[in-house]
Amino acid sequence: MQVTVDQDRCCGSGQCVLTAPAVFDQSDEDGLVRLLRPGPAEEERAAVRLAAALCPGSAITVLDE
Amino acid sequence: MTTTPTESARSADAALSGGPALPAARGGCPFAPPPAYEEAHRTAPVTRAPLWDGSSCWLVTGHAQVRTVLSDNRFSADARHPGFPFLSPGRRELVNRATPSFLRLDGAEHARQRRMLTGDFIVKRVEAMRPRIQRIVDDALDRMVAEGSPADLVAAFALPVPSLVICHLLGVPYEDHGFFQSRSGILLDIAAPAESVGAAQRELTGYLTELTGRKRREPDDSLLGRLAARPDVSPEEAAATGLLLLVAGHETTANMTALGTLALLRHPEQAARLRAEPGLVKGAVEELLRWLSVVHLGVPRVAVEDVDLDGTVVRAGEGVLCMVSTANRDAAVFTDGDRLDLGRDARRHFAFGFGVHQCLGQPLARAELQIALETLFRRLPGLRLAVPYESVRYRADMVVYGVQELPVAW
Repeated sequence: MQVTVDQDRCCGSGQCVLTAPAVFDQSDEDGLVRLLRPGPAEEERAAVRLAAALCPGSAITVLDE
Repeated sequence: MTTTPTESARSADAALSGGPALPAARGGCPFAPPPAYEEAHRTAPVTRAPLWDGSSCWLVTGHAQVRTVLSDNRFSADARHPGFPFLSPGRRELVNRATPSFLRLDGAEHARQRRMLTGDFIVKRVEAMRPRIQRIVDDALDRMVAEGSPADLVAAFALPVPSLVICHLLGVPYEDHGFFQSRSGILLDIAAPAESVGAAQRELTGYLTELTGRKRREPDDSLLGRLAARPDVSPEEAAATGLLLLVAGHETTANMTALGTLALLRHPEQAARLRAEPGLVKGAVEELLRWLSVVHLGVPRVAVEDVDLDGTVVRAGEGVLCMVSTANRDAAVFTDGDRLDLGRDARRHFAFGFGVHQCLGQPLARAELQIALETLFRRLPGLRLAVPYESVRYRADMVVYGVQELPVAW
């Protein structure tokens, strides 16, 4: 699984951090998404898929290998 | 009586639309969406419905379709666009008078204004606020208990807690709460005459213009203090943002707290689960948000281009009302969605909206609701209604649904 984020689309709702905190973070300055792990571990993948579905700005893209 | 061509076109339009008149009346269960919306949803996820002023708009009741409308920039949140659906004369009045907050802006200008605030509501910062929120919750409960059973949970607990939290965050003096709570009550009342809504809006804007003006001259570290001090924020913009955050920051959470408490009192087996398993509280709050959908009159948008919405063509200039309450019970996403089940995964709900306008304060609202409900049910195990359930009065005419008061004993 390969994850990318688009900060231009991010609206800082924090859904990704609540859903998959090991993979996503928010910048202290502007609140926008920061990707911690572009290649999440097996046990994080379901949460990452949900985070992508819940993201209100469609800022998260998940590519399954 | 003479009829203008626009009016006759509108009447003809309304006559053609067979859907429920908006906003529809609530039915038997005070927690459920109006039966007319559920009926419309059984017909199709997108139907046509008449509005109070003789015009009509698209009623979107399905989860997938609400998601599309709220996340597609061909639907505008800007109420100045012709065709934008208003739920009352008062809602329309506001557009003519007020500088729009970023809630009613699109695109780059919306993003510019919202991004000045996102840093204040990030999950980390809200987590750091938990001890303060817990203290506010404990103090309010201490006072309520000291004054003795019974009490009105709205006045003693549900309203002061989020008001104190948002006042501290924004830098608004809490001693002014009588003023801003009464005016925001008029602002959000769709039954209030347009003149009253306009007057409440002017008073609140005047108050926030004065407050942010003072902060511009004497900056402080509060959210509005930092916002007002920015050279790229106009006085009108600072006041409009302050008004939005102040009203949205206490009305929604206050009503969720009181209505959520009533829902749990009516489902004692669910309340017992919450007491037995405090770790359930995060999921429980998501489920209550889904099941209650307190933003119950719908989220309005207007198409700015023709859009094919699952086979229904919405033309540019046509209004759309996204019914979050029915989407949140859509069987396609939530099995047995009419049932309150604190153990279900309810996270796909749209109680905070969806798209770029999704609630900015949602991490804060979640933390407040989790702390308030967990503490209330833990500390008062004998909590019960102090009046017959049938006598509870609801906020059917308010933009944010809830109970007018909630007499409880313990």
